[in-house]
Amino acid sequence: MLNFLEKNLPKIVLAPTTIVMVICMYGFIVWTGLLSLTKSRMMPQWDFVGLDQYRRLFANPRWDVAVDNLFIFLILFIVIALVLGLLLAIFLDQKIRAEGAIRTIYLYPMAISFIVTGTAWKWILNPGLGIEKLMNDWGFVGFEFRWLVEQDMAIYTIVIAAVWQSSGFVMALFLAGLRGVDENLTKAAKIDGASTFRLYWHIVLPLMRPVFFSAIVILTHIAIKSFDLVQALTGGGPGYASDLPANFMYTFTFNRAQIGLGASSAMIMLFGVLAILIPYLYSELREKNHD
Amino acid sequence: MKNTLSTLAATALLASTTSVSAADVEVLHWWTSGGEAASVNYLKEKLSGAGVGWTDFAVAGGGGENAMTVLKSRAISGNPPTAAQIKGPSIQEWGELGFLADIDGVAQANDWDNLLPAVVSDVMKHNGKYVAAPVNVHRVNWMWSNPEVYAYAGATIPTTWDDFMVQAKKLQAAGFVALAHGGQPWQDATVFEAVVLGVGGADYYNKAFVELDMNALNSDTTVKVFETFGNLRQFVDANSPGRDWNVATSMVIEGKAGSQIMGDWAKGEFKVAGKSVGTDYVCTAAPGTSGAHTFNIDSFAFFAQSDAASTEAQNIMAAEILGTDFQTVFNLNKGSIPARLGVSRAEFDTCAHDSMDAFVSASASGSLVPSFAHGMAMSSAVGGAVTDTATNFFNSDQSAKEGVAQLVASIKAAM
Repeated sequence: MLNFLEKNLPKIVLAPTTIVMVICMYGFIVWTGLLSLTKSRMMPQWDFVGLDQYRRLFANPRWDVAVDNLFIFLILFIVIALVLGLLLAIFLDQKIRAEGAIRTIYLYPMAISFIVTGTAWKWILNPGLGIEKLMNDWGFVGFEFRWLVEQDMAIYTIVIAAVWQSSGFVMALFLAGLRGVDENLTKAAKIDGASTFRLYWHIVLPLMRPVFFSAIVILTHIAIKSFDLVQALTGGGPGYASDLPANFMYTFTFNRAQIGLGASSAMIMLFGVLAILIPYLYSELREKNHD
Repeated sequence: MKNTLSTLAATALLASTTSVSAADVEVLHWWTSGGEAASVNYLKEKLSGAGVGWTDFAVAGGGGENAMTVLKSRAISGNPPTAAQIKGPSIQEWGELGFLADIDGVAQANDWDNLLPAVVSDVMKHNGKYVAAPVNVHRVNWMWSNPEVYAYAGATIPTTWDDFMVQAKKLQAAGFVALAHGGQPWQDATVFEAVVLGVGGADYYNKAFVELDMNALNSDTTVKVFETFGNLRQFVDANSPGRDWNVATSMVIEGKAGSQIMGDWAKGEFKVAGKSVGTDYVCTAAPGTSGAHTFNIDSFAFFAQSDAASTEAQNIMAAEILGTDFQTVFNLNKGSIPARLGVSRAEFDTCAHDSMDAFVSASASGSLVPSFAHGMAMSSAVGGAVTDTATNFFNSDQSAKEGVAQLVASIKAAM
């Protein structure tokens, strides 16, 4: 008996987690996939209609806007957060005073939920309350900054708020990476007369490759699942100009009684994530085989 | 205080027993704001007078999306509440799924067919049997104006959309916001609906937005509707996107803005602010829609119960809802008018009288139309598509023709 326990205890302890994972993750993925092939409206109904929901999804102008927005958001958010995070980390790495305090300050937005970030930025960016009013009150009368209420620009306000929230976290990732760089390397480069720029560009940054990878993967999934930020900051508006696919999915599944259509949009989002994840996993796993 | 305590005690009791005693009704609703909560409370008192206990199942969230999500999960798990606040075509959707109770017995005993106008009772029936009880009729095509603002700007309150453009320019020149508006999709749709009715008339409204006739939707009238709707963009201030409707109402109350197009629930805001009708604020039909009436009916749909005692309690509740007492008190609080005939109108104000008169005359002349912005005319899928088009158009610089094309395409995609 004891022997049996000893041998199988790890499996027994892990079993509940595994079962929950399999049912709640993969089970519901399959369920959503099946739903997306039905004509379910208010409640799940099992009348299969093939790929009809996908056809309707791609005919929906609101979905186009949501997908375009996702690409704009994804690219700008990742690039800006990476660049800012990296710069902050490099500056912090110059052995400055009060580094601990500054690091905490930059990392702090991460501790706030996206709802709070969104609400705060909604006030900051509102023309009648925030920056525009402040500048006007200070005497810059012609100053205009009203991206939040402009249909073409609203999506960029979401980028601003998301970057503010996440770049501190990226900084922390890079800082950990920079601390891991062998000091002898940098010393040798300095003796050879490399400028600080060249030192970072040619020696340190290439060493940061794994950090870039982790940062990009984490930022990508933050971007794709973004829902609360949009809901709090713009409510998807003006109109539906700043909708992201997750908001689209929620609206159609729960508010519009079109569960089938919502499920098909959820599946497309899943495929989007897989399209990024599979090449990444593939390259990671292949490298391990080389060892 | 005592009330709060007893509610707390009741909640604690509920939590400990988890089952509802036989003669209780459990009612799902989202009337949680001041006047609305008072209205629901009155129903609770009426029922306890009739020996029926009340289990409150309030899920906050103005439009009821959260409540509907909870309701669906309760219904699927076979444990639906006694009644839920469901309205319009959604009643049919629930009826189709077989969840609703037949309360035709109560209806026949109380002669509902003669108490309710046909437009109202049609909505309450599924397959010819009553499954829901109406609590009120809202009129959506109202325009709330501040007469002082108009007087100061030397403008008059407009009665047609053409005139609205002229008067609004005057208001703007005098430094006011002409149209107090909250840029949320349902509010954009509410204004759009008023424009459709004002520009196109009731026949066009019915053909295009109730029957979804593609010829009517593709017509020149629709282009004109979008032109007028687009002209309104300039009269809304830049801070409007995302603003709540009651904040827009307070712009009219405070004299910052001239008018707001909003349903009669806006009256509650004026009342709370201590304003009196006629002097501080004026209610007129939205431009071009006088005599017409866009209705939005709130109702409770009843869910099939498994035991006789609950069914009995349900029947008592249904009868109480149509009672004159409840209809009067509820609607005085809510700003709407009673859904049934034969309620004394003495206690109501002039706006409500106007709404009642319009309801009767419009019903006779065929210009009584269901509000699509409030889910009375179309399934939620098509209604959502129209709302999307309206809000997208209003917030962009699309031309009227592009608006029409998008409207037709998105309605087709949603059908």
